[in-house]
Amino acid sequence: MLQKQALWLWFHRMASPQFFYTLAGRLLPCCALLTAILLTAGLVGGLVYAPADYEQGDGFRIIYVHVPSAWMSLFIYAVMALNSALFLVWHIKLADIIARSSAVLGASYTLLTLLTGSIWGKPMWGTWWVWDARLTSELILFFLYLGYIGLVAALNDRRMAGKAAALLALVGAINIPIIHYSVVWWNTLHQPASIAKFGAPSIHVSMLIPLLCMAAAFLFFYLYVLLINARTELLEQEKRSQWVKQLVTQA
Amino acid sequence: MGRNNTFLVLLLRDLKLAYRQRAETVLPLFFFVVVASLFPLAVSPDPEVLKQTGPGIIWVACLLSVLLSLQSLFRADFQDGSIEQMLMSPHPTALLISARLVAQWCITGLPLVVMAPLLGFLLHLDTQVIKILFISLLLGVPYLNMVGTIGVALTIGIRQAGALLSLLVLPLYVPVLIFGSHAVTAAANQQPYQGQLLWLGALLALAATLCPFVIGFALKLSCAYR
Repeated sequence: MLQKQALWLWFHRMASPQFFYTLAGRLLPCCALLTAILLTAGLVGGLVYAPADYEQGDGFRIIYVHVPSAWMSLFIYAVMALNSALFLVWHIKLADIIARSSAVLGASYTLLTLLTGSIWGKPMWGTWWVWDARLTSELILFFLYLGYIGLVAALNDRRMAGKAAALLALVGAINIPIIHYSVVWWNTLHQPASIAKFGAPSIHVSMLIPLLCMAAAFLFFYLYVLLINARTELLEQEKRSQWVKQLVTQA
Repeated sequence: MGRNNTFLVLLLRDLKLAYRQRAETVLPLFFFVVVASLFPLAVSPDPEVLKQTGPGIIWVACLLSVLLSLQSLFRADFQDGSIEQMLMSPHPTALLISARLVAQWCITGLPLVVMAPLLGFLLHLDTQVIKILFISLLLGVPYLNMVGTIGVALTIGIRQAGALLSLLVLPLYVPVLIFGSHAVTAAANQQPYQGQLLWLGALLALAATLCPFVIGFALKLSCAYR
């Protein structure tokens, strides 16, 4: 019982705007440092040390950007959906801030996935774009992100924007698996043989380690941008509270 | 007033209103016909080509007309406060929303479904294929209406929300578009099409159970922060 109370206390403290603002400020340099280290390790490992692919030559090296950003594009939508649920059910304002601060970066990672996929496709498939199941799902995910960003931008009232966007994110989260599997089904109908696959499960360790480094780097970069965005959003949301006024007068 | 009675009263009110604005109500239907008849002009009048592309053309045209019919949905009721009264009434919101969804389907959805076979003949589809087209639209159009209404409920307080509404709603239409048009294509190629129709039915059941609640919540938001 006591433990449960302590957990709730910790949770509420974490969710209090002022505490989060200070905590985020302290975490920012750590995230930046980790991103820099992991990115360097991943890039050097992936571009220099990893051997060229047997079939694809050096062209495969774009997976070090493509695959982590594809993972992040889905991961960020999941984060948004989870925080939207937290916000709608328990009215935790911080969850709303995290959800809406993530959207633009999620859309950027999705766009990066599409662009790198397209660049990879040119030498491998011979065209810039193939209506491949993964690329198509990713494109629709990109549209979902755009809708979310558009809705937040169009609604003037902050509280309304938060709740409406949260609802939209949840509707989208229910639909993503349906969209994905319908696209996969549609794709098997038109393209019986997938020409080549990204990130085959039987990837060699010398290629896998840089990939994981890059994925971690992308994750920390997301956290870094998320914290910056969330801090800005927090200041705007809490602009009438005492601690923000103090902060401004000190600066 | 009992629940069934409330449902009927609201349904009849919407139907009456739509009947009084007949000209406005049938516009999406004309749009449907015009868009679908543009494709043979743009692509090819060759019957063989039309047989292959016809199902997709009809489905896309239908989807766009649904989107068009959504644009004016709830707008007058939102402006004159009827929606607020509806939400404040002691009756369950989901029930009232369901009544309006049924009315909306009768007004805009059903005419599209009925008109589709005619377009099927224009695009040289076989009678058997047209039957499947009809069934697929019968299952798919209510889904399009219900999911689109979520977008309407979220954006109703925004002026000029047309483009935003399309951006919100169209990605969610993808599964129904795929299963709907491919059921018809499969029927045209003498392949089994039952699976796709079952999927459409499953999606419709999912939407019918969840959408009234989601729409109610979104309308409450729009009214609370107008």
